[in-house]
Amino acid sequence: MAAEVKPLTHVPVVDELEEDRHNELMFDPRPREEMNHMVMEAMTTTTRRYWIAVGILGALVLVLFLGLWGNQIFTGLGLTSKRRPMFWTFYITTFVFWIGISHAGTFVSAILRVFKAEFRRPFTRAAELMTTFGLAAGALFPLIHMGRVWDFYWMIPYPNQRWLWPNFRSPLVWDFLAITTYLLSSTIYLYLPLIPDLAMARDRTTGWRHSLYKTLALGWRGTEAEWHRIKRAMTIFAFAIIPVMFSVHTIVSWDFAVTYVEGWHSTIFGPYFIVGAIFSGVSAVVTILFIIRSTMKNMKYFIRAEHFDALGKLILIFSFTWSYFFFNDYLLEWYGGDQVAKQLLTFHATGPEAWIWYTMLVCNIVIPWLTLWNKKFRRTPLAIFIVTLLINVGMYFERLTIIPFSLRTQRSPFDWGSELRPQFTDLGIVIGSFCLFIFLYLVMSRLIPLVPVWEIQEGQTAHQLRKIGKAKVKSVTELD
Amino acid sequence: MADTIAKKWGMVIDLDVCTGCNACVTACAMENNIPTTGEDEVAYGRGMYWIYIQRYWNGLGGTNVKPTHQPMMCQQCSNAPCEPVCPVFASVHSETENINLQVYNRCVGTRYCANNCPYHARAFNWFDYNLPVPMDKYLNPSVTVRGRGVAEKCTFCIQRIRSAQDKAKAEGRAMVDGDVVPACGQACPSDAIVFGDLSDPNSRVSQASLSERRFRVYEELSTDPSIYYLKGGGKYGS
Repeated sequence: MAAEVKPLTHVPVVDELEEDRHNELMFDPRPREEMNHMVMEAMTTTTRRYWIAVGILGALVLVLFLGLWGNQIFTGLGLTSKRRPMFWTFYITTFVFWIGISHAGTFVSAILRVFKAEFRRPFTRAAELMTTFGLAAGALFPLIHMGRVWDFYWMIPYPNQRWLWPNFRSPLVWDFLAITTYLLSSTIYLYLPLIPDLAMARDRTTGWRHSLYKTLALGWRGTEAEWHRIKRAMTIFAFAIIPVMFSVHTIVSWDFAVTYVEGWHSTIFGPYFIVGAIFSGVSAVVTILFIIRSTMKNMKYFIRAEHFDALGKLILIFSFTWSYFFFNDYLLEWYGGDQVAKQLLTFHATGPEAWIWYTMLVCNIVIPWLTLWNKKFRRTPLAIFIVTLLINVGMYFERLTIIPFSLRTQRSPFDWGSELRPQFTDLGIVIGSFCLFIFLYLVMSRLIPLVPVWEIQEGQTAHQLRKIGKAKVKSVTELD
Repeated sequence: MADTIAKKWGMVIDLDVCTGCNACVTACAMENNIPTTGEDEVAYGRGMYWIYIQRYWNGLGGTNVKPTHQPMMCQQCSNAPCEPVCPVFASVHSETENINLQVYNRCVGTRYCANNCPYHARAFNWFDYNLPVPMDKYLNPSVTVRGRGVAEKCTFCIQRIRSAQDKAKAEGRAMVDGDVVPACGQACPSDAIVFGDLSDPNSRVSQASLSERRFRVYEELSTDPSIYYLKGGGKYGS
């Protein structure tokens, strides 16, 4: 018997590692001052194209979003596509969509921070910013969809002369409280890791920027004691915000799950909505990272193929999970044998808007499953960018299927609605909300350092190649 | 004066004698200042009704097809789905009278109640429906005119209940069966709609609700409606 000796694992030769090293941000360190300079340059450089985009988006927000909304307030909700029995249509759909998008920031920065996933470092802030602005855009929709928005404060629980108290049995009040909590905590969570970077920016700017950062940096000097406190605060917030994030979309799903509406009252809606939210949110992170990388200066150093690769794997896992919940929900309703539910599912798949249902399945299941398993594909930014855009189209269609199309075909056949016709007002406001989100993001990307320099430096310090015998092995030092 | 207040109002609709003539719909609209939204809006699904006739066709085609009619309105559920979902208590329950009240002044227009109603009994004011000048004299002064952005529904003609109570009180007597007739019941030419006090076992409505033809719509949802229907089709005796 001829014995053949094989190494147990593939030990990379040194050359290979040297090449590999430059592909990974953590093993490609640069001096702190150079990184500071790169981030500052990215923040302060504004091209002509940038101003044109800001101008157009600002005008669209004014006209489409605020103009149409104002017109709708003074005329009535009849301007939208709503009608009996579809009392909720595009506004609530878009609301759920934005709340879903806003889950990515917390997921990427809090959960990945808690689990010490190293690839998160360069884009935690980009994701947190998405959370805040996604919530800002989403939280406006419950107001937009109200018949008498001028009385919205009646939902706020405070002692008042009217002797009125909100109905705490109503999911809309839970919603209101959950979203307010999430908005506040995610804004604080965006702000805390920003303080060291604001101080960095303060020391390198003059004029109005200097005074702005001076105020916002709260006199940060970078002493050991300050670092100790801010890290503790961040850890506390990271752990505290995770349950808040899970609760928010669960509560949003209860808006539907606690009702009598067939197709809505499903006990699985809580986790189903959360998985959908993270799925669409992480996809939106990739979309935004691609845009940041291709439009802002120096970003190709910070955001690399490895990050798209890691996020692509996450998206694929969430696509699997989402499909599980989707078919679970579907199967239980079908197996329940309820005639109304059966009719509803048949309408989803064969009704006049069946193409929406099939597009959802293709975008959320077929496309990610066929493409994202491939490492080369995941590492091609443009390719994964297109996939993530499609996923969000699919997720929007999913909410559309759940909300107006379930309302349309309920128990009494006499009251079945006909097809949903989007009107200028609701389409305009929905598009306007996208413009609002991009507008806020664009403006903010030039106001705050979009890359957390200290977090990258921390990671680069911790990562090193160690020599074990002749082999070089990648290692991470535990910092905390 | 407890006997003028503690009532469980209810209604019985006999589908065997309902002809689907829509007189109740018209009478309801006149009594309760329900706006006429126009042909286009109605075709789009924005007609305002507190009561409407659901028409179903029986039979599979040919000459054997027969229509059946089922007047549908707020079922005044004892366990109403519209009530817990309203964030501002605009949809509230009168425990003593077992009526679902809708407080227009308090409504902020989330339309959650309308989504959650299995009977689709609620209407929403999509616009301000102002009547042209001479026609505004038609408005019933006892009923609030609703503005845009407010949900509304059948109230069991609560203004008639109140005025009957006031009248009985002024005459110093207890209310008797037949004192209150809602607009739909008054207009019904075949007397298919009977209204009265379900807590009084001798009232006409209580007697009618004991018929073996009785059923309540979507009773399996345990909303416990106050409106009983008597099954049509002429297969049973009354």
